Amino acid sequence: MNNDRHAILKCTNICKSYDDQTILHNVSVELTKGEIKALIGPSGGGKSTLLQCINCLVVPDYGEIVIEGHPIDLNRKQDLYRLRQQVGMIFQDFNLFDHLTALDNITVALRKVRKLDKAGARNRAMLELEQVGIADKASLYPAQLSGGQKQRVAIARALAMDPKILLLDEPTSALDPTLIGEVIAVIKGLADKGMTMIMATHQISLINNIASDILFMKKGRIVEQGPPSMLLGCGNHSRSQGFCDQLNDLSAMEG
Amino acid sequence: MPTAISVVIDALPYLLQGSLLTAGIVIAAMFIGLVIGTFMAVGLVYGNKIVRFLLTGYLWIFRGIPVVVLLFLFYFGIFNFLGLQFSAFTAVTIVLGMTTGAYQANIFKGAILSLPRGQFKAASGLGMTDGQAIRCIILPQILRLSIPAWSNEFSIILKDSALAFVIGAPEIMARTQFVASRTYQHLAMYITAGIIYFILTWAGVMALRKLEQHVRIPGYSTNGS
Amino acid sequence: MELSPFYQELITSLNRGMIMSVALIVPSAVAGVLIGILAGTVRTFGGRGLRTLGDSYAAVFRGTPLVVQLFVIYFGLPNLGIYFTPYAAAVTGFTLCSGAYQSEYIRGALLSIKNGQYFGARALGFTSFQTIFWIIVPQAIRRAIHGCGNEIIYLIKYSSLAFIVTCIELTGEGKTIATEYFRFTEVFAIIGIYYLVLVSLAMLILRKIEKWLYVPGFGHH
Repeated sequence: MNNDRHAILKCTNICKSYDDQTILHNVSVELTKGEIKALIGPSGGGKSTLLQCINCLVVPDYGEIVIEGHPIDLNRKQDLYRLRQQVGMIFQDFNLFDHLTALDNITVALRKVRKLDKAGARNRAMLELEQVGIADKASLYPAQLSGGQKQRVAIARALAMDPKILLLDEPTSALDPTLIGEVIAVIKGLADKGMTMIMATHQISLINNIASDILFMKKGRIVEQGPPSMLLGCGNHSRSQGFCDQLNDLSAMEG
Repeated sequence: MPTAISVVIDALPYLLQGSLLTAGIVIAAMFIGLVIGTFMAVGLVYGNKIVRFLLTGYLWIFRGIPVVVLLFLFYFGIFNFLGLQFSAFTAVTIVLGMTTGAYQANIFKGAILSLPRGQFKAASGLGMTDGQAIRCIILPQILRLSIPAWSNEFSIILKDSALAFVIGAPEIMARTQFVASRTYQHLAMYITAGIIYFILTWAGVMALRKLEQHVRIPGYSTNGS
Repeated sequence: MELSPFYQELITSLNRGMIMSVALIVPSAVAGVLIGILAGTVRTFGGRGLRTLGDSYAAVFRGTPLVVQLFVIYFGLPNLGIYFTPYAAAVTGFTLCSGAYQSEYIRGALLSIKNGQYFGARALGFTSFQTIFWIIVPQAIRRAIHGCGNEIIYLIKYSSLAFIVTCIELTGEGKTIATEYFRFTEVFAIIGIYYLVLVSLAMLILRKIEKWLYVPGFGHH
């Protein structure tokens, strides 16, 4: 099914342990251009750690990461910085820079990492804010924004860096139910434009509507993998009871 | 025989000149401490084991030994031994700077640790180097957070500067002593000195409070946004 | 190990000085805490007049250098006919200064105890005295212990100023010997070690006490 030639991201045998606890056991993931994968599973299953290993915010103990055919040397800091400039990340807690306005949250990265000049950075930042629909809040500080607005700024900030892949770590889990909709709309928009994404999420609408592949993670391993049509077939097969139960739980959570 | 009040009034210009020296010592020392303190705080939080061990040792020494002892040690001892001809003013500034640097390192270290982890992660996630993350994201936040504690440190250093007279620096205390011993108006003179220090402290704290207002970020708190 | 005559004299003098230091620190620390409790309580619960008195006391003794306070007591008061011995002047100065800072920590601790604690106790039928003794004080001690302990450690350090009022303790002895033999670096490095030992010991004891008193939810962070 996979054309390795077009695989943007290839992670092989990622292992990570903290003290004596192994969080990830030999996890392998691949993404081709435009593909969207969803990570689901019980908390503590390693979804967040896997995402943070992909952009090496957490450096894996063992494993290979190849992005667009270029392998990453996990020991070279320069390689890691380069990797993160090509991979964008959205956090559950937004992690906006509290001392900067929405606009500056975006320009600071453009100026310091991409080395754009002030005017260029400003223009690009405003463009991104418009794309996610909050250009009017550009001069407000994070403390003055709602949760949904903060996450949209975070998405704009990540997109301004022209990432090849977007990692989303439970992007809607910290939001009030009434605010989830605006963020989902933005993410769907990104999918429509062909953004390659891998996301850890509980949101059924994201899983159903835009994910092409679902990975079920439990205790640091991918125990089940398949397209969303599995959801439909759940009643018929008893292929993976745990998987179907998990999806049913998610449906129940969505309410 | 001159009255206490007249003696005080006559001596005031002389004393106030001393307060210029005091102000110079305090401001210079606080800035030396700021530079040393930020570097050490970054080292204490982000450095490796050896760096942290050495820095902790520095903190232990400069927070455990009384300022007077350090002044004698450095001015009459170490500087002499190294052949450095520092004036008393320079010596006091250096010693106080190194001392407050140790306390400020602790203040800034606490502030860095109080920031949500996500701030650094987000910066790294965007591709910033560690240095850029610290300079552009961490430091601007913690320096603001630390202003109250810094203000406290300022008033401590201002009071410690009075010890400069033991090594002969002609600041407020030294001059007060000079006038008092000549006029025998000890009580009046030393109370005057106390009042001058009190006013200087008050002025400094007010100025720092204004600074805190000026750089305040709307709605900012360490609970993260 | 046979020490040279210089070192023998040095160690003897320094030990003599250290005894004087301890003799200065202990009474000042105890008295300072007592005054701190008195002033702190007055500043938190007292009527307007008493509170102003307490606040003024704290403002004066926290807003001026200890050196100035010592000079006023030992050199200044004789102008009014009041004479202190060097030891008495030192202890008085240290006590009053320390007490002002202690009152600040105690006041902070008392203020931090939520009103609800009082109401809860009263609702159960506690008298004012019982409320204070069994409910407020145990909480206040835990809140205040870190600040008060730190203040005592500061006291250990500023006991070194006693020589200014001619009360010769550790630093004073060192000054004499160093001037006599002109060996400042060695003498004061060793004095520095003496103080580091005293301070480190005090910090260890403070940590032990804090651990002993620890109750989850009462951190000083």
